[in-house]
Amino acid sequence: MHAIEKILARAAGKDRVRAGEIVTAAVDLAEINDLYLQVIQSFEAMGGKGVWDPDKVVFVFDHYSPPPTPKAADNHRVMREFVAKEGIPHLFDIDAGVCHQVMPEGGLVRPGMVLVATDSHTTTHGAFGAFATGVGATDLAVVLIRGTLWFVVPEVVKIELTGRLPQGTTAKDVVLGLLQRFKADGFVYKAVEYAGPAVTDFSIAERMVICNMAVEMGAKTTYIQPDDKLREYLAARGIEDYPIDTTDPDYEYAEVHQFDVGQVEPLLAAPHSVDNVHPVGDYAGTAIDQAFIGTCTGGRLEDLEMAAKVLRGRRIPPGVRLVITPASKEVFLKAMATGCIKDLVEAGATVTSPGCGPCLGIHQGMLGPGEVCITASSRNFPGRMGSPQAEIYVASPLTVAASALRGRITDPREVLEEGS
Amino acid sequence: MRGKAWKFRDDVNTDEIIPARYLNTSDPKELARHCMEDIDPQFMEKMSPGDIIVAGKNFGCGSSREHAPVAIKAAGVSCVIAESFARIFYRNAVNIGLPIMEAKEGASKIREGDIIRVEPEEGKIINETTGEEYQVAPFPPFMQAIIAQGGLINYVRARVGESR
Repeated sequence: MHAIEKILARAAGKDRVRAGEIVTAAVDLAEINDLYLQVIQSFEAMGGKGVWDPDKVVFVFDHYSPPPTPKAADNHRVMREFVAKEGIPHLFDIDAGVCHQVMPEGGLVRPGMVLVATDSHTTTHGAFGAFATGVGATDLAVVLIRGTLWFVVPEVVKIELTGRLPQGTTAKDVVLGLLQRFKADGFVYKAVEYAGPAVTDFSIAERMVICNMAVEMGAKTTYIQPDDKLREYLAARGIEDYPIDTTDPDYEYAEVHQFDVGQVEPLLAAPHSVDNVHPVGDYAGTAIDQAFIGTCTGGRLEDLEMAAKVLRGRRIPPGVRLVITPASKEVFLKAMATGCIKDLVEAGATVTSPGCGPCLGIHQGMLGPGEVCITASSRNFPGRMGSPQAEIYVASPLTVAASALRGRITDPREVLEEGS
Repeated sequence: MRGKAWKFRDDVNTDEIIPARYLNTSDPKELARHCMEDIDPQFMEKMSPGDIIVAGKNFGCGSSREHAPVAIKAAGVSCVIAESFARIFYRNAVNIGLPIMEAKEGASKIREGDIIRVEPEEGKIINETTGEEYQVAPFPPFMQAIIAQGGLINYVRARVGESR
């Protein structure tokens, strides 16, 4: 069996499961974000009386934080009341940050667990050896009542990453390179395992990036075999006790692919789809109105530091907006301690409170008709960050920072060479 | 289920089905008003209740928002036929009682404006305009039962009722 199958088998109380089988699995962690008042409404409509295990439930206010409308404020109120009534210990309120960042930081994510959340980027937690996948409101409401959910055991695709990242490239460029090759429907219904020496070299933050955007290729979940680097990350958060599953040597993958990260160059996804991927150089010189660094894809300390490396002691041109949204309060505090926030603000950045920021197009830096944005987030669909007539380019934090500096799309290698 | 086919391309995402600027509400009627707005702003004016969306691969990709199938169902679309569906959309559609059909051949051969009849129990899609018939794998029985009840909420309520 694959490690993912072993996780699902344990959660379903079975000795063996195989791809294609439908199992009912016990859920170890269920997270609801503030886009999903419907979870509470469905819970009540189904006659829910008390959540199955309050310790395993997490609410995170990230999409609408701080509330941009009276309705959003009222939704938060209803959720806070639900959390209090049900005795749920884990509420990450508007000051906390993005769910996929605050849950691991809070020590809630561990190897071998089954994690569901009302967010497509839940695939991020494969970086921690969890079986994690996004669900909708009604599914989550069922979990709140019963503590279980049905899953189809997925086929697993293995992607072996080899080589070393060249100067000026990042894990984001790797996942954009994978999107270029495998496209937006490459792994629909399937699980993606990342393996190989480049994955071993990657930091936890870099692993989170490639797992996060696997959903843009349709992946149901991701998996990276837990190693010493992960054990250290978890130990620093007081997590020592967890199962580590390993894949049997005779397991047959649905597909195996090799990808040499040493061949990656700075890439971007041009409007209006995530798999419309090209070298940054092909679009060099395109004028931008806004640059955005943040979200569960690109708002970690490492991302902010990359931006600061490009922008320290420099100034973005007038008329260009650079919006920075730290992924979490912890990231924000660390970035203040390292001086990175100061550098960015001095360079002309507008720093927002932690959360999803403008990624889903409801506040904190929306785009007007005809505007062009380059972003370190994950999606460039029409209307994603405001006007459907705006154009969004998805790239690495390095590329976004270099483009902000010049006011036009720029290969970060040009700027890094200048600075050194 | 019978209606006129409205064709859409591959990789239609949930931001196009229901833009985030309208997600503050969970009122189906309000969501329906903006259904497909960012991919075809005239969709709601053109379509009639009972019509069928026919799309390419990976329909409903992107955000996990359940508002997407809710908007399509409340708009009066009787069924979505696609070459394939993004998995969260697939689950959400079943859970809220929106009939969907994965039909590789049918989805590519049906043309915009064709009159389509769907017989889900038999796993059959009939193109009345061309006379063609496409066979698809029917849903597992528990999913059929959920859709027949109009969604998981009614299904759970009904089962709770039975056990009392």
